[in-house]
Amino acid sequence: MKAIVTVIGKDTTGIIAAVCTLLAENKINILDISQTVMEGFFTMTMLIDMKECVVPFAEISEKLSAKGEEMNLSIRVQREDIFDKMHRI
Amino acid sequence: MHSQKEILSTINMIDNQHLDVRTITMGISLLDCASDSVEITAKKIYEKITRLAKDLVKTGEDIEKEFGIPIVNKRISVTPIALVAAACKETDYTPIAVALDEAAKKCGVNFIGGFSALVHKGMTKADENLINSIPSALASTERVCSSVSVASTKAGINMDAVALMGKIIKKTADMTGEQHGFGCAKLVVFANAVEDNPFMAGAFHGVGEAECVINVGVSGPGVVHHALKKCKGQPFDVVAETIKKTAFKITRMGQLVASEASRRLGVPSGIVDLSLAPTPEKGDSVARILEEMGLEACGTHGTTAALALLNDAVKKGGVMASNHVGGLSGAFIPVSEDEGMIEAALKNSLTLDKLEAMTCVCSVGLDMIAVPGDTSASTISAIIADESAIGVVNTKTTAVRIIPAVGMKVGDMVEFGGLLGSAPVMPVHEFSSENFVLRGGRIPAPMHSLKN
Repeated sequence: MKAIVTVIGKDTTGIIAAVCTLLAENKINILDISQTVMEGFFTMTMLIDMKECVVPFAEISEKLSAKGEEMNLSIRVQREDIFDKMHRI
Repeated sequence: MHSQKEILSTINMIDNQHLDVRTITMGISLLDCASDSVEITAKKIYEKITRLAKDLVKTGEDIEKEFGIPIVNKRISVTPIALVAAACKETDYTPIAVALDEAAKKCGVNFIGGFSALVHKGMTKADENLINSIPSALASTERVCSSVSVASTKAGINMDAVALMGKIIKKTADMTGEQHGFGCAKLVVFANAVEDNPFMAGAFHGVGEAECVINVGVSGPGVVHHALKKCKGQPFDVVAETIKKTAFKITRMGQLVASEASRRLGVPSGIVDLSLAPTPEKGDSVARILEEMGLEACGTHGTTAALALLNDAVKKGGVMASNHVGGLSGAFIPVSEDEGMIEAALKNSLTLDKLEAMTCVCSVGLDMIAVPGDTSASTISAIIADESAIGVVNTKTTAVRIIPAVGMKVGDMVEFGGLLGSAPVMPVHEFSSENFVLRGGRIPAPMHSLKN
């Protein structure tokens, strides 16, 4: 299953490292990353593949959002389908 | 991969523009629960609902988590109880309402609809029993919703039923008088009722439906409002196009949730209801969309035209986005549930008469309107008759959900709480309709040719 991770918040050191480590620990492969920093505001979207991941989706989602709170960021993961349906015919 | 812009626009819709799936409603047929005793029927009903809907709430919550889209309500609709209870020897169907309430609580859904009767042409004994049980059923339950169909384009308007419903609404208000007639917020009177509506309080599972289905109601007035802010001063062609595109996106998401829920529950997917359903939250209002089109306050001249455009564009955008469209589909205008409507009513821009005109072009009817507690039963019946006439003649669904606010007068505010919001008590015409309602009988079905 593919999903999109979105990280939004104030730029700080180690955001990508922290998110990538968490994903790697859970056997989640990163397929694509896109990142911008505008006026100190950090936005990153990642396409991830969860087929090797054995942890339930809800747990990954909670871990990411907890990591976000720790770093004062908003981190969420959503299945890719929702973006597909909304933006592609 | 999707562009960052697309991803962020979806997230922005959810976080800042109140985009959500308003309801996943499981429709359940109860025809096989019939028996000659109310007690046995109630037991069978409880058993069937709690068996079929046991995973409904959990499945809804799982989908919410995985897709990151809020699903505000999980609900159940059932076969009109007048049909299920027709063989019972007892005449009071309240115990069945209590069983529905208990089943709803057990499954964790916030409303269950279908304490209903379809009497648009005539009433059976069971229909009469059910209607007479409505006040006590709504007073003794928390989550049960009731609806009565009193008119249809094919049958005309059953004025005996209309007269009876005026009295029933008054009695329901009196029996829930401590909450200023709150029971009436769970009671809808329909013309051209639909069988697959997922929205409360009017949802029921029609006899033409399958054993069990999943219907989904989408929403998103805030998203449409936000999109329109970007086309200030542009001609209506641009407005319509913008609404269509937005409705398409909202509905695609609803369809995804519908398909996913249906697959996980192993229940066929019924319909997606393409609706703009407001909530009392700021930024989730249909009235504000109309005002964005250039009206100083909702209810002023031009409101009906603005609503007609909105309603039509929502359907056009949504139709292509979903496999099967149904339910009420269109813009809802429940006064107490819409922050902009409440404000417009408070400053006397929005009146009952203007709301009636608006119901000619929107998806339902006079919805969540509080009137003075001393409004007579015949005046309420006459309001229902007017609204039914609009539905019958225009071949559309109309409905009346009106609350005689016990102990309150024009200008007072009635608080219903939660999604039901709060409503200013609106004035009704002071002249009597008593003799009109007393006539009874049936207003014949209208012509379908010579349309002018």
